[in-house]
Amino acid sequence: MKKSTLIVMAVVVVLFLLSWVLKASALQPEQGSYILRGFLVTFAAFLTLAVMSFLYQDNPFYKFAEHLFVGVSAAFWMCMGFWTTIVQNLIPRLSTSLADYFMVPQRPEGLNLFFYTPVILGILLLMRLSPRGGWISRWPLAFIVGTTAGLNFIRYLRSDFIKQISSTFVPLLGTQWEGIGPFLSNLDLSASGQLVLLLSNWVVFLGVFTGLIYFFFSKEHKGAFGVGSRVGIWILMITFGASFGYTVMGRISLLVGRITFLFGTWLELI
Amino acid sequence: MTSKLFLALLLLPFSGLAQDDPAGVDMLDTAVVVVAPPTSVIAVDHKYDKGERIDLTWVPSIDDQLVEGKVLAYRIYRIVNDGGPQLVADVATGVGPYQYADEDLHRDSIYSYYVAAVSSNYEAASTRTAPMSPQREWMNLDRKWLFLIALIVGGSVLLFITAARRGTKLFVRKIAGLEAVDEAVGRATEMGRPILFVPGIRDMDDVQTLAALTILGRVSRVIADYDTRIFMPTSRSLVMTAGRETVKAAYQAAGRPDKYSDDMVTYYTDEQFGYVAAVDGVMVREKPATVFLLGAFFAESLILAETGNYIGAIQIGGTARPAQLPFFIAACDFTLIGEELFAASAYLSGEPMQLGSLKGQDVGKAIAMIAIIVGAVAITIGEAWDVEFMHDIVTWLSGVFSTR
Repeated sequence: MKKSTLIVMAVVVVLFLLSWVLKASALQPEQGSYILRGFLVTFAAFLTLAVMSFLYQDNPFYKFAEHLFVGVSAAFWMCMGFWTTIVQNLIPRLSTSLADYFMVPQRPEGLNLFFYTPVILGILLLMRLSPRGGWISRWPLAFIVGTTAGLNFIRYLRSDFIKQISSTFVPLLGTQWEGIGPFLSNLDLSASGQLVLLLSNWVVFLGVFTGLIYFFFSKEHKGAFGVGSRVGIWILMITFGASFGYTVMGRISLLVGRITFLFGTWLELI
Repeated sequence: MTSKLFLALLLLPFSGLAQDDPAGVDMLDTAVVVVAPPTSVIAVDHKYDKGERIDLTWVPSIDDQLVEGKVLAYRIYRIVNDGGPQLVADVATGVGPYQYADEDLHRDSIYSYYVAAVSSNYEAASTRTAPMSPQREWMNLDRKWLFLIALIVGGSVLLFITAARRGTKLFVRKIAGLEAVDEAVGRATEMGRPILFVPGIRDMDDVQTLAALTILGRVSRVIADYDTRIFMPTSRSLVMTAGRETVKAAYQAAGRPDKYSDDMVTYYTDEQFGYVAAVDGVMVREKPATVFLLGAFFAESLILAETGNYIGAIQIGGTARPAQLPFFIAACDFTLIGEELFAASAYLSGEPMQLGSLKGQDVGKAIAMIAIIVGAVAITIGEAWDVEFMHDIVTWLSGVFSTR
């Protein structure tokens, strides 16, 4: 390890300890274990800065935060999977004595032997670890993929297909059309006016229709079909632009949250 | 209307005292408010259910129709298997049609009902309905159009799959991002750097992950041919298993099974941002020449795509999550938008199953386009010039494309 790296690491360790001491002394002793709380706040600030340091370049502090995050979260999800899925959901449905052993309450509906199916599928999945029986693990995978496809078919058909079609049945001349003369003479530019309603209905109609053209794969996008496809992709891009701005604003609020933690909870400057 | 309802609900608890406790009547009211009972109480089995619901309708008391506020509510009584009457609900007056749905019933029990009109201190019961049991229907004919549409789309898929298997050449238009796959793999080979394949953060029950794994098969095959390295970090154990199977099969198909290693596909963590931190770390340390971001992505999409951009990798992104597509479009060199991701897997694999599925979905899109034009034109003419026939078309189409 380079000497400069060691110096930087030593400085960070000293700053960490200094922050811990100052933070702990700033907390009221009557607030409980102030030494531990001081450590937790300092450690959270250190991890925040360690992750942010990635903006400069990869470094040992980021690596530390990364490995800690991956390791802790992997272990956490492993425990969650075991205790919530197997212990809380499965065991009370399969065995009274095992439920008593794990001290989980019995299910009001009693034992359900049907739940041996996921147990068998899970065991088959673990056959992957066997060098000779690895192919067996493909069966539960096929079961998962097949049932998911079947269950989602109707759900997506209703929400992403039928619902979208019926929502596109919009009056392209608005709801109170009395002719071009009355329309122009009573031209209303307000958000609830007929012009805005008419325009929004056209955007919905054209957006859905040309979007469908863009995602039609059985025909080359040439001629009128190509024009429709280009309009479709333009509408998509405008939508993505609006969505981009909206989401970035959301991310800014997350950043503000972290900055507030650093300057408020940790440094107490704001 | 609101004040009437409020009064009804306020007095409801006291109304029962009138019959049960005459002393209570003396304390509350000096005169009994007699009301006529509701009539024509009809109980019918709820159609197209599992046999656990009976619908009740009745004609309101004549006093309810003539004098506002005289009848405060209607009480629904249920008699099960000739037992005693059970109060199941109070229905306030003046709130829509006079009906009640009695749910959570059993098919093997016999039910009859009566409805009582309730005044401030009197309850007038109707005659009992004929005993009946709820029936279970095997098919929900309310969804016949949904079934027909599913049948047309599903049938088209099967038809095209059969055609493709018989050797009929099915046309699929070019997809820009896919033309770059070979080029991207070739670039990594020339630079002597690995290829990173990120299959999103969802499990095998997400079709986007499945599409990503299909594309992985094709990409791995090219990688095996070019003798380049691939690295695929996953956030789900099942995806890791399926990914290993896919890459292994591709290496075997390329005649290079010895080059395959399980280390090519690894698991990090299920935690979304833990996984992102690890993949970002891999990106800056390994500096892959090409990054594939294909599958289901959420808030991590921009973090991954931006890091890939930062290290100068050529990036091919693709997801069906509309909220994440803008980030891929901004930061990736090529983006598979929405359904292009699924089309890409069919296009690349050339498998009859996937090509047929894609063509079948195009039939669905053609139906949607025709329906949208007919529906929009019909509702426009119907609204603007009040043409009855056009109104009928819209009503019919709305029934066909109903999500009930």
